[in-house]
Amino acid sequence: MVTNYQLKRVDFIFRNENDYEDVLSKTIARKPQELINELISSELKGRGGAGFPTGLKWKLSSESKADEKYVICNADEGEPGTFKDREILSKVPFKVLTAMAVCGHVIGAKRGFIYLRGEYKYLKPELEKAISEFAYYCKEIKFDFSIHIFMGSGAYICGEETALFESMEGKRGEPRNKPPYPTNSGYMNKPTVINNVETLAHTFTIFKYGAKRFYDLGVQYSRGSKLFSVSGDTPKPGIYELELGMSLADFVDEFGDGDTKAVQVGGASGFLVPRKKFDVTAIGYQGKLTGISLPTGGSMMLFNSSRSMYNVLDNYLEFFREESCGQCTPCRVGCQQLIKGIKAVKRGEKNAKYLDKLLRLTETMQLTAKCGLGQSVANSFSSIVENFREEMIY
Amino acid sequence: MANKIKLSINGYPIEVNEGTTMLEAANEAGIIVPTLCHHKDLCVAGNCRVCVVEVSGQKRLSAACATPCEEGMEILTNSLKVRNSRKHIIELLLSEHNADCTKCYKNGNCELQKLASEYKIMTQDFIELAPLRKYSIDMYSPSIIKDDSKCIRCQRCVRTCAELQGVNALTVAHKGSEMKITTFFEKSMNAVVCTNCGQCVNHCPTGALVEKNYIEEVWEAIADPTKHVVVQTAPAVRVGLGEELGFEVGTRVTGKMVAALKRLGFDSVLDTDFTADLTIMEEGTELLTRLKKVLVDKDKSVQIPMATSCSPGWIKYIEHMYPEYLDNLSTCKSPQQMFGALVKTYYAKARNLDPERIVSVSVMPCTAKKFEANRPEMHDSGYRDVDYVLTTRELAIMIKQAGINFMKLEDANFDRIMGESTGAAVIFGATGGVMEAALRTAYELVTGREVPFENLNITPVRGMDGVREASVVIDHPLKAWAFLDGVELKCAVAHGLVNAKKVMDAIKKGEANYHFIEFMACPGGCLGGGGQPIPTNPEIRQKRAQAIYAEDAGMPIRKSHENPEVIKIYKDYLGEPLGEKSHHLLHTKYIPRNRY
Ligand SMILES: Cc1cc2nc3c(=O)[nH]c(=O)nc-3n(C[C@H](O)[C@H](O)[C@H](O)COP(=O)(O)O)c2cc1C
Ligand code: SF4
Ligand code: SF4
Ligand code: SF4
Ligand code: SF4
Ligand code: FES
Repeated sequence: MVTNYQLKRVDFIFRNENDYEDVLSKTIARKPQELINELISSELKGRGGAGFPTGLKWKLSSESKADEKYVICNADEGEPGTFKDREILSKVPFKVLTAMAVCGHVIGAKRGFIYLRGEYKYLKPELEKAISEFAYYCKEIKFDFSIHIFMGSGAYICGEETALFESMEGKRGEPRNKPPYPTNSGYMNKPTVINNVETLAHTFTIFKYGAKRFYDLGVQYSRGSKLFSVSGDTPKPGIYELELGMSLADFVDEFGDGDTKAVQVGGASGFLVPRKKFDVTAIGYQGKLTGISLPTGGSMMLFNSSRSMYNVLDNYLEFFREESCGQCTPCRVGCQQLIKGIKAVKRGEKNAKYLDKLLRLTETMQLTAKCGLGQSVANSFSSIVENFREEMIY
Repeated sequence: MANKIKLSINGYPIEVNEGTTMLEAANEAGIIVPTLCHHKDLCVAGNCRVCVVEVSGQKRLSAACATPCEEGMEILTNSLKVRNSRKHIIELLLSEHNADCTKCYKNGNCELQKLASEYKIMTQDFIELAPLRKYSIDMYSPSIIKDDSKCIRCQRCVRTCAELQGVNALTVAHKGSEMKITTFFEKSMNAVVCTNCGQCVNHCPTGALVEKNYIEEVWEAIADPTKHVVVQTAPAVRVGLGEELGFEVGTRVTGKMVAALKRLGFDSVLDTDFTADLTIMEEGTELLTRLKKVLVDKDKSVQIPMATSCSPGWIKYIEHMYPEYLDNLSTCKSPQQMFGALVKTYYAKARNLDPERIVSVSVMPCTAKKFEANRPEMHDSGYRDVDYVLTTRELAIMIKQAGINFMKLEDANFDRIMGESTGAAVIFGATGGVMEAALRTAYELVTGREVPFENLNITPVRGMDGVREASVVIDHPLKAWAFLDGVELKCAVAHGLVNAKKVMDAIKKGEANYHFIEFMACPGGCLGGGGQPIPTNPEIRQKRAQAIYAEDAGMPIRKSHENPEVIKIYKDYLGEPLGEKSHHLLHTKYIPRNRY
């Protein structure tokens, strides 16, 4: 079955390394500026979905002047089909804790929080145990940094960083206006670094082995490895650490069931890639590689020919309609219109041209929605409607 | 000095202070950017997205109300990209909206309607969502109607209730398409901790929150030949009404208002200012009596500071939030209710009318007054003391319905009796006014001399700061008040319930030692009341305040105790302040209420 196998499996994240004490004390002995440079040269980008350069994020926070700063680990992991952060926290929690402490050292923060998805409550006891062990060690080496768990409320939107701050502050989880950005004004309006669980785990690797080991993996603009949550019509669902820059064709060769019709890259807020574009699609951040290139929070969902793309789209839209915080017009009303719209076309109540009106609507949503949720509805909508227009109509 | 930054808007260069939003910069450049969720009284929300503008070089549009300008930006407020997006957003809002404008109370004064009309949204391509939704309409409150089918979810009301009033009666519930504005457990507005202040009504851009109007009831009463319909008008109405009828903000229209009311067919057009003066007599005496009991008799059952009681929004607030302080409230009814009680007794007797036949109407800057008139205690005349309460806005509607050309009216005078007033009564309409009026009278009562302020203008209690303090040292009092010699009378003024909360919390913590405090539920006092013309904002309230003080300065009599009708009513009817009749007709009691 497997032809032209080019996927490089990597094993950094889950490699068991019982040396966090050593890594922590060695790393915090180094100057913040040096650590920032190391991170910048690794070209690590955020693994939470948006792909913001991590080194730059830490740098900006370190330059913000304030009496208090915070480090937050985003473990809200709400994207359907994604379960990698959960695995990291249960298998290698010390990497994450160490990375948070190092970040505290770099930016000048004394407190860190793990914003844990409500459904992951069962992870809490183990995680707390790890935190107290970690705290004990910090005390031993006289390093002033404490970590606390904050339980999420179960709303997908609370994974969005500014909604997450609001929720931590006891308010309704609604995204804020940006600017100001979290690096200047985040939790409690103080400079805050917020990173995805996986991003933090990668910094551990970088501080332990040096930026080069990380940088040597992947391709231009997309360095290092990344965890992928593979699901859908695949004989081997699960979590895989793969080098970035792979072509989707190779990915499907490895994970498909031989009948893959399309792959949704990046979950509900990502893009659907049809079979004819597998060859020209690479998985990574930005930059034209072999064709288009798609960032992803790590969710890869495969669909075989038995799947109706209309239903797939309908599901995603229902998800957005429900999970939108509802505050801004383009997202709240836009999602409702998209759902009602595709249904009306399917039933013949509106003609096929109405799909073009809806495509323009998603463009407006992308241009005007207040946060990433509403802005990204266009991704799945346009990629599905444009590639599977017939399925939408008949 | 703030740093300056240079940028361009629609090609025109402009220089603004650092931190200026794109919306403010556009306005400075004389360019209007449409807004819905933005309001000058409130913190920025950035949720309606109609204010989006394009910044050259950026793919996404920016919400002008929420985004600060940056050096060198080229902002476009009317590019095709902006127009198309904005139009989409308006269409989306309308698709969710029960847009039956012709049957809507806000028809003609609605920000959504104005926008739809500007952008000529003539067709609805999107699917109508409104008919599919189970929108509810809450009509149980005597003051406010909340119609969710007209709500655009801008959260102005939520921010108003939280930021200006600190009440949080309205909140956002649910998410996604189900997101809506609601109350505690989705109960009706009259069953929750809502003060009926109407600030949410004043700040709502659409017809989702409006006053409950009694226009038809009043027309019917006027048309009924068996009824004698009396109307009283509150001080703040005369500096607001003109705005609804073509005058500049801050125009005093007292004479025209009286003329219009006469043309509407009221049998008698009287002035709440008369009972404002009466309030000062009662409340001033009450204050001095309390001070004596506390300072001389050491009577532990008497509470100071004494708090004013003329703002029914404030009364309901303290009943809910600080019920343990109800004994600190002056027992005086508000001027509206004093008036109502006297109309069906004193006035009826003097005019030889059967009180049963009298319909008592008031025109108020306030929606809480509708609730107040409805309180079961307010029947001391043996009838319901005030039958119908109209807001300034409702009066304007009636004037328009009657086809009166307001601008051309000749000034007219209030009828007698109960139509005479003073400058002290007029300033009841502004924050600090009750305090100033009370001091003018109390000081003179105690010392026999006028208050030691130039032209009687007690400027420390004026202005728009949320909480203001002032003190007056009593020097050489008359013999009867010798115990007050050298006493520094400490006063405070708070307006907007969020400021009232600050003062109450300070009192609770023992950090404040005032003798007398004026509380007004609304920002700016009654002139910024929930029944006043829409829009409201700090500049508008400032102008109305100037008009109030100008009205005061122009009055021949400026001290309540010199009002000849007040002197007469004590002589002929009431006896003396706090006397038995006063006690029965002009004073009331309060009810502790739950906090939730
Ligand atoms: C609707 C929405 C949901 C999000 N949910 C998550 C999440 O569950 N976990 C996460 O790490 N980032 C999530 N993000 C991204 C965060 O806002 C933020 O960019 C990220 O935590 C930054 O970390 P990184 O730079 O390490 O990726 C979400 C973003 C949006 C718009
Ligand atoms: S885009 Fe959607 S989720 Fe984001 S703020 Fe707007 S309504 Fe809320
Ligand atoms: S709220 Fe405004 S737009 Fe809606 S029906 Fe009323 S007037 Fe028309
Ligand atoms: S009730 Fe009015 S102010 Fe409140 S959200 Fe709705 S439209 Fe906005
Ligand atoms: S009337 Fe006043 S207290 Fe009641 S909801 Fe409106 S703003 Fe809040
Ligand atoms: S006015 Fe700017 S987003 Fe509503």
